[in-house]
Amino acid sequence: MLPESVAENSTALAINHQMPGAIVDAVNAADGPVLYIDPVQIVPVCRFLKDTVGFEQVIGITGVDWWPRAPRFEVVYLLRSYRHNQRLRMSVRLGEREEIDSVTSVWLGANWYEREAFDLFGIVFRNHPNLERIMMPADWEGHPLRKDYPVHGHKYSYRDE
Amino acid sequence: MKDREGYTHVASLDAEHELAVEDPSGLEYPKPATARRMILNMGPQHPSTHGVLRVVLELDGETILSARPEIGYLHTGIEKQCEHEKYQQVVPLTDRVDYLSNLNNNQAYALAVEKLLKLEIPAFAAWQRVMLCELQRISSHLVWLGTHALDIGAMSVYFYCFREREDILKLFEMYSGQRMMTSYIRPGGLALEPPRGWHKVTSRLVERLARGVDEYQNLLMTNPLWCQRTQGVGGLDLDTLVELGVTGPMLRAAGMKVDARKDQPYGAYPEFDFDIPTRTTNDVYGRFEVRMDEMRQSIKIVRQALEGMPSGPWQADAPNILLPDREKMKTQMEALIYHFKIVTEGYRVPEGSVYAVVESPRGELGYYIVSDGTAKPHRVFMRTPSFGNLQSLGAMLEGVLIADSIAAMGSMDFVLGDVDR
Repeated sequence: MLPESVAENSTALAINHQMPGAIVDAVNAADGPVLYIDPVQIVPVCRFLKDTVGFEQVIGITGVDWWPRAPRFEVVYLLRSYRHNQRLRMSVRLGEREEIDSVTSVWLGANWYEREAFDLFGIVFRNHPNLERIMMPADWEGHPLRKDYPVHGHKYSYRDE
Repeated sequence: MKDREGYTHVASLDAEHELAVEDPSGLEYPKPATARRMILNMGPQHPSTHGVLRVVLELDGETILSARPEIGYLHTGIEKQCEHEKYQQVVPLTDRVDYLSNLNNNQAYALAVEKLLKLEIPAFAAWQRVMLCELQRISSHLVWLGTHALDIGAMSVYFYCFREREDILKLFEMYSGQRMMTSYIRPGGLALEPPRGWHKVTSRLVERLARGVDEYQNLLMTNPLWCQRTQGVGGLDLDTLVELGVTGPMLRAAGMKVDARKDQPYGAYPEFDFDIPTRTTNDVYGRFEVRMDEMRQSIKIVRQALEGMPSGPWQADAPNILLPDREKMKTQMEALIYHFKIVTEGYRVPEGSVYAVVESPRGELGYYIVSDGTAKPHRVFMRTPSFGNLQSLGAMLEGVLIADSIAAMGSMDFVLGDVDR
């Protein structure tokens, strides 16, 4: 069932028509609707959005940490369609130990964004070609953008000196 | 010394395949005993990487077989820092992300917060923002032109470009007291009242810039060396560019007419008349031409702003968000209370999330802000154009010569602070 707040949105209608049940929730943000997608169906939804609806570019993928709330993480997908001059924001809610499929098979450009989300939040993207740290050194411990990671760092801190 | 993928750092000789040395000049070189597949580490301190970017190149002679950009040397954790500052304290941090276009960063952040607060800003402030951001675009493109030309070997352009850029920075100093880290555009309007005489100084500056841009293009576009080094170099087909997340002048040089200022206008841009320059050559030279034309369009916008600048206040009427006038603080109790509350507690932003986009000199710059209803943002994600653009470097450098890689990298115009954040 399509949430009422996006019942008029053509993209949401198209997704719902193609894959009923993929949109689990939706909110109207200040810059347009945000669709919450079922994590299991993220790759088919993205594939459909790119090939059929025309969202050619992934502008960014990032995470939000809601600790200590559950489910802990939210993965945010920012999409751009040049053909229709539209933007779309999708979110996926993820539990602490849950993994999500990588969308690099859909957009090559998702590669670095998913690496960044993995590096800074510890969100694991399955089937990613090269899921390594991108910002932090390879031997870094912890994921800095998590809310339980102190801002001054839990290691190598000037406070220890 | 080996890195974590087993690549040897300095140089390694690989005796697997024979290399034929063919020199077009007909001179005979002594043939090496073994052919070479070499791993070369370019950067992180290479002067042409403009910051600290490391590119691991796999070479066959001078031809690049594969290139792997390694980033993160300038990662400062600004996004983490933002979560621990009040909304008004984030503004100076946004300056430091892309230090060549700080006003654009200020504006993207301000637009995002204003959308969350549902705050309208006065026309004068919006027009001043447009004018300053366009001057910033010119100054950023001047730095790009100077350093890019220097990389390729044209020295004198660099001095001219930096001379004009310094004039723009002087204007910013006049406005905000700072040359580079201006923090001048803030949620709710501007940080300070524009200085007396800004109109006269800016008009004079714009006339000089208009002459300068033509001069610099003439210096380079008729130079056969420049053309040889840039034409037909660094291309990648349009679909791949789009899929890899490239935005801005690089897409426009590949023939795509995209610009956030026109596609999804923000601020006062709908009231301005300007074009989006495009080229179809999709090479380093095309990007050069696109950026030169963009500077001309920016000058056109600044001239329009100078002619039609509306009058009015330079800040929104929102005493609970903006710091009060110093004079009022000394005479009015309410102003003093608001000042105290803003400085100690900050202002609360309604719960929700927003993604606000501006067109920075490098491409699409967006701020994704999640608010949990407190005075500090829950999450600030900076969608920086350099990060997306740099991702195409590996695909772009496959099969080109090392010397061309310098030209290709220069044409991307990335700022490492913008990539690593």
